[in-house]
Amino acid sequence: MNSLDHVSRTAHWKPTIVAERALIVAHTAVNGEYRHLIVECGDEAASALPGQFFQLLCPQPAGEQSFLRRPMSVYGVDPARRRVEFLYKVAGVGTRGLDTLKVGDTLDLMGPLGVGFTLDPGLRNIAVVGRGAGLATLAPLAGACRARGIGVTAILSARRPDLLMSIELFESHGAEVITVTDSEQTSGPANVERILRHLISQDRCDAFFTCGSSRLLRVQQRLAHEFGLSGEIAMEQQMACGIGLCHCCVRDFNVKGEIVSKRVCWDGPVFDMMQALP
Amino acid sequence: MSALMTPEQVDMSVRVGGLMLRNPVMPASGTFAEGLAQVFDFNRLGALVTKTITRELRAGNPLPRVVESPSGLINAIGIPSKGVPYFINDVLPLYAAYEAPLVVSISAPTAEGFASLAAELSIPGVAAIEANISCPNIEEDGKAFAMSPQATENVTRQLRAATGLPLWVKLTPNTGNIADVAKAAEASGADAAVVANTILSMAINLKTFRPSLGNVMGGLSGPAIKPIVLRQVFQCARAINIPVIGCGGISTAADAVEYLLAGATAVQVGTASFIQPAAMTTIIDDLKAFCIQREISRVSDLIGAVVVEEADEVDVSWVDPVQ
Repeated sequence: MNSLDHVSRTAHWKPTIVAERALIVAHTAVNGEYRHLIVECGDEAASALPGQFFQLLCPQPAGEQSFLRRPMSVYGVDPARRRVEFLYKVAGVGTRGLDTLKVGDTLDLMGPLGVGFTLDPGLRNIAVVGRGAGLATLAPLAGACRARGIGVTAILSARRPDLLMSIELFESHGAEVITVTDSEQTSGPANVERILRHLISQDRCDAFFTCGSSRLLRVQQRLAHEFGLSGEIAMEQQMACGIGLCHCCVRDFNVKGEIVSKRVCWDGPVFDMMQALP
Repeated sequence: MSALMTPEQVDMSVRVGGLMLRNPVMPASGTFAEGLAQVFDFNRLGALVTKTITRELRAGNPLPRVVESPSGLINAIGIPSKGVPYFINDVLPLYAAYEAPLVVSISAPTAEGFASLAAELSIPGVAAIEANISCPNIEEDGKAFAMSPQATENVTRQLRAATGLPLWVKLTPNTGNIADVAKAAEASGADAAVVANTILSMAINLKTFRPSLGNVMGGLSGPAIKPIVLRQVFQCARAINIPVIGCGGISTAADAVEYLLAGATAVQVGTASFIQPAAMTTIIDDLKAFCIQREISRVSDLIGAVVVEEADEVDVSWVDPVQ
């Protein structure tokens, strides 16, 4: 039953964060570790911005239990078709549960949550630097930048070439993609720094957008400081509520020399890169 | 649905410890903040309950602060607090926009500290004080005031003298005889007893052989603890005449009805909001639907309505020799 008195009394009120059962419309293996999930959802969920995330109530895999939702950054959104995409690595009980979902099943998702990336209108060219699962979080920047006429160079890092993701996605939006991997011995901080210095010298890096590597964060912070550039970082932390209630996902940040504790779920997950502590 | 009753005919209001509430559902302290205002209209709640405020600035516990447990969650957040001026200047105004009464949860390391904090926070905009004398993480080895009737009597008496606002005292489940603690709270002037809080617990990581929580021990919440706290609400409601507010593992209207039947006048919902952020408004809707279906015109008619025959009188001596 819906209590009608409440509906009429609060008719003006509309949620901006919803929990709903979304329909699985595609679910495919990208490689041995990663899965690409596409769901059909309501307007609020499909309005998610790059860098925002959802809390997924994952199905229970056989013989295992999870209690909390699992945070998952947005890999792509299509407001017109009311779709949200996720790219995830099968790593724990939550993602093992997700991996059991079939097309036609439903998934309880809650969001959109958190503060996403900001693309300053003054930006002309940005460097996107991501590693591992961080590539999924950065991917929506490709389309957003293209829509704003911002040039993108994406430096994508992974352990092996077969684990690199989103190359085609970035390229399809006109981004230049540079891949670096551990197996090819190109992913070290020194090489990435060399690539970034080259971009800066060509005036192709007004700002950094990064996720997934503390070592690469330090390189970018150093270069941003040296050349007076800005940057944003999407951070991860174990979460419970995902909506700022419980204070379990706090991290320390350096805000003008003062150490400040912030909630990753509510104050982030995207933060000023210069305030981030690796 | 019955043809005899309409939703408008169900009186959902309850009177709790000096306050008249629109309905008996409110958040548990520590699981409620402005983020939920994007999920539902706060005016739908019976009351609003803040995160616990302390006078001292507290950073909170080292991470990890939570770990999952079957049907539950163990937390050791450590009551991070930005102090009283921050609360008055930055938090209190956020809640001024709502009609639902604001209950301010407080904690302090001493009885005198509790009293002075209650006095300082007895200001316009605050409808009641909830004294969290039970958080298991606050003191060394999980000790808390509400573990003993004597300490509870002392802190409640000082709180009572310090504030004219309705005074709710939040008890801990981590005590031998919670009914005796509830009696001590009542005798020293509490207007209501919140029963209870999280259950002191622990988990160990098998990869690292280390405790799963940065604080080593934490408090278990969620559906796993509901039968235990329900029993404690039943015991307390029989022992005292002030209202009992049930708090422990409530995630559905069925849970809430059980608590009301056991003797609770209202309920607090906590961990359930982490799983379903609209859990409280769903519980309110479903509680009303339950009343309509059972032709109960006032939700307060459910309070303490559990049917216990004389012959069924509770005898716990065989299950718990300690008592």
